[in-house]
Amino acid sequence: MNFASFSDFIAMGGYGFYVWLAYGVSMVSVIFLVVNTSLKRAKIFKQVEQRLLREERIKAAESREDRL
Amino acid sequence: MWKWLHPYAKAEKSYALSGKLMPWFLAIALPTFVVGLIWGLAFAPADYQQGDSFRIIYIHVPAAMMAMGAYSTMAIAAFIGLVWQIRLAEMTVAATAPIGAVYTFIALFTGAAWGKPMWGAWWVWDARLTSELILLFVYLGIIALYNAFSDKVLAGRAASILTLVGVINLPIIHFSVVWWNTLHQGATITKFDKPSMAMEMLVPLLIMIVSFAAFLGFMVLYRFRNEILQRESHRPWVIDLVKLASLKANGRG
Repeated sequence: MNFASFSDFIAMGGYGFYVWLAYGVSMVSVIFLVVNTSLKRAKIFKQVEQRLLREERIKAAESREDRL
Repeated sequence: MWKWLHPYAKAEKSYALSGKLMPWFLAIALPTFVVGLIWGLAFAPADYQQGDSFRIIYIHVPAAMMAMGAYSTMAIAAFIGLVWQIRLAEMTVAATAPIGAVYTFIALFTGAAWGKPMWGAWWVWDARLTSELILLFVYLGIIALYNAFSDKVLAGRAASILTLVGVINLPIIHFSVVWWNTLHQGATITKFDKPSMAMEMLVPLLIMIVSFAAFLGFMVLYRFRNEILQRESHRPWVIDLVKLASLKANGRG
């Protein structure tokens, strides 16, 4: 271990602000990328599901009209 | 001999294969990230000139390297897509661009946070920094161009052409520290010589590079699968997939 205590570790020899800013912003950007990608996947699944339901409704309505 | 590759030009096959590969990339990316992060932040010795501020290197360098690695991948995929008209290659271009853009942003931002205490300025119009900023704009241009067309075949082709044009920037970034007298330091690892870095500092850096590379692979596959689903959303195999997913979701609820 290069640091004597936990507060030394946070202080980063006086450069704490810059080091933690760099690491923090990087983590946030990576998390943003992962969330964006998984939301996109969920959105595609939802869109296809809604399209299928709509098609089903249209088909059902058509068969009702046929019976009249 | 190479015939076994043929079925993978089919989207469904590629979707399944990338799904199988994704956990392996994550299995490399996560442990190396934890080890590299703790080693780099807490155990590597402080630099004799820069003190603890040099620890930013453990994200700065991997992000910058993989930002260029991602671009090279895109360039190769764009070339294949344009020459042999393979749609999946163009989807790879579209899938990789946002990840490359995020990596480039990380490289620029961590560079600024490192530059402030060391150079006394968040930003200087130095050759390395400027060419890296251009890389970010090229990435954003590719993403914007791809999203500008509703016809994704046309979008893929346009984005691929722009990707190939932007390749000119890669050697400029790499050699900027040699060709111009820059504030940014020269290469420490990617040169035909012994790395100019102590082992205790270098090993965690190499581990982080592996981690960033594996994570890049994981995200490319993830987004690539999204691209396939989007473009094939009318195909029976995607419809079956969606039906299965909604059945599972209803079963749970």
